[in-house]
Amino acid sequence: MSDITRDDVAHLARLARLAVTDDELDTFSRQIDAIVDTVSAVGDIPDDVPPTAQVVPQTNVLRPDATEPSLPREAALAGAPSAEEGRFRVPRILGEEL
Amino acid sequence: MTAVVESAPYTVEEVCEHFDPVMGLEVHVELNTATKMFCGCANAFGAEPNTNVCPVCLGLPGSLPRLNGAAVESAIRIGLALNCRVRERSGFARKNYFYPDMPKNFQISQYEDPIVFDGYLDVPLDDGTTWRVEIERAHMEEDTGKSLHVGGATGRIHGADYSLLDYNRSGVPLIEIVTRPIIGAGVRAPEVARAYVTALRDVLRGLGVSDVRMDQGSMRCDANVSLMPKGTSTFGTRTETKNVNSLRSVERAVRYEMGRHAGVLLSGGAIRQETRHFDEQSGTTSPGRPKETFADYRFFPEPDLPPLEPSADWVESLRAGLPERPWERRARVQTEWGLSDEELRDLVNADALDLVADTVDAGAPPEAARSWWVSYLAQQANTAGVALTELAITPAQVARVVAMVAEGTLTNKLARQVVDGVLAGEGEPDEVVAGRGLAVVSDESALTAAVDEALAAQPAVAEKIKAGKTKAAGAIVGAVMKATRGQADAARVQELVLERCR
Repeated sequence: MSDITRDDVAHLARLARLAVTDDELDTFSRQIDAIVDTVSAVGDIPDDVPPTAQVVPQTNVLRPDATEPSLPREAALAGAPSAEEGRFRVPRILGEEL
Repeated sequence: MTAVVESAPYTVEEVCEHFDPVMGLEVHVELNTATKMFCGCANAFGAEPNTNVCPVCLGLPGSLPRLNGAAVESAIRIGLALNCRVRERSGFARKNYFYPDMPKNFQISQYEDPIVFDGYLDVPLDDGTTWRVEIERAHMEEDTGKSLHVGGATGRIHGADYSLLDYNRSGVPLIEIVTRPIIGAGVRAPEVARAYVTALRDVLRGLGVSDVRMDQGSMRCDANVSLMPKGTSTFGTRTETKNVNSLRSVERAVRYEMGRHAGVLLSGGAIRQETRHFDEQSGTTSPGRPKETFADYRFFPEPDLPPLEPSADWVESLRAGLPERPWERRARVQTEWGLSDEELRDLVNADALDLVADTVDAGAPPEAARSWWVSYLAQQANTAGVALTELAITPAQVARVVAMVAEGTLTNKLARQVVDGVLAGEGEPDEVVAGRGLAVVSDESALTAAVDEALAAQPAVAEKIKAGKTKAAGAIVGAVMKATRGQADAARVQELVLERCR
């Protein structure tokens, strides 16, 4: 067993800005523990196998430094829950962290 | 939790009686590419909010990043200029955190395999010696959006009711240059920090990869400072000071943190590892937002960007195209132009070195080029309240004026009028000469006619000259200069007067 605790889940939930109930802490720690356990099988792979993050055999895919049209501002802001003075409006930032 | 004791800062000399300072400097540089790092939106400072944005830099679902080749090239050139090695295979990673200035909720950066690493910069210090600062790495990443905090009393983040976000800067190419710990500088640590950032700025400016304007945020320095008790070699707890927006502030921030750390440590307290915010006004630092610890960023390889494998040919061609280092160039120019230390310093302080060099390249002798820029043009810039580089005259135009003086078309006095004309927007020097009728009258027959006319008008004077009283010629010369509105060469007129009276 990999030992994912309720505290680990609470910490992850805070990083992901998710509100998690007490009951969910139990459920998720059990479930995540099982997932980590399963995934830990990759630890059995011999060291001489290089880590793989990309399976497409491509390198150096570069774009020329030429400007392309941006979105009209109205379109950019259209999906925002709130906008003001051409900017995205978001709730106060620091409250939760202080 | 016990309160952190904030004693009055100690001086660096007092600090160094007990401790050795350790610094790590992280400099972020915005590249001046035409477009952003991962999309074709314009990379421009000062545009209307949210006008240079697209699905990629707004982090909209389904959008995919496409890497800017020019930004990669700049990153490699920066690395080479800092004596770094270029990694044969490097890639991008996602740095995960939630903050409104980062709409994807992750920043694309480089983690384990930065594009360039293991370099150094030999930094010139004030006393003429150099200090080698070792570079750990420089990596590519993207800048974040800009927040405007609304409400509260100060417009700062504390006490704000809400924030407004402009994502024009989101995705602008950034290079982060990270030093290895700088150890052993002692009381000179603040000076070394400033000298390093200054030298780095000069190198980057020479490369032409960034505007390097600390006041506009295109170059930003985070200063990590810690103290270790003298005679030990284990680093103390460090703080990271942000918002250091000028070269002078780099020095002040390091000095303040050294003193603050010593105050806390000597009174038996402990330094908390934290981000601090530098205040330009007071020269002090205060705690910033608590940062995620490193593991909390949950870095993982960016699946949407294939790895980079810069070819040796590409790297070598970029290396071959590197410019001279600024201080080496200054030393060369000093020899070539025969400048004293003071003259060189005046040129550099006046921001005139490039202007004079360009004027010399345009054909003017160094002495004449230098004299125009540091005296007459400097005065005009001063009067107009603009920087020398902002004057409405080009080095090529100055070189043309110098050439006209050398070939006798203009006297120095007329040359200044031509320069005035160029500054006033009357066109090229030759157009000003024609437009204002400023050319020296060098047409011998016209001059001779003017001399004869003046002699005829003053027969008594003419007789005196003919009798050998050559001093009397002055009156005739004066009359001729008046008739030609000052545009004749007085020495030549004098000769002609004497010739005609022989």
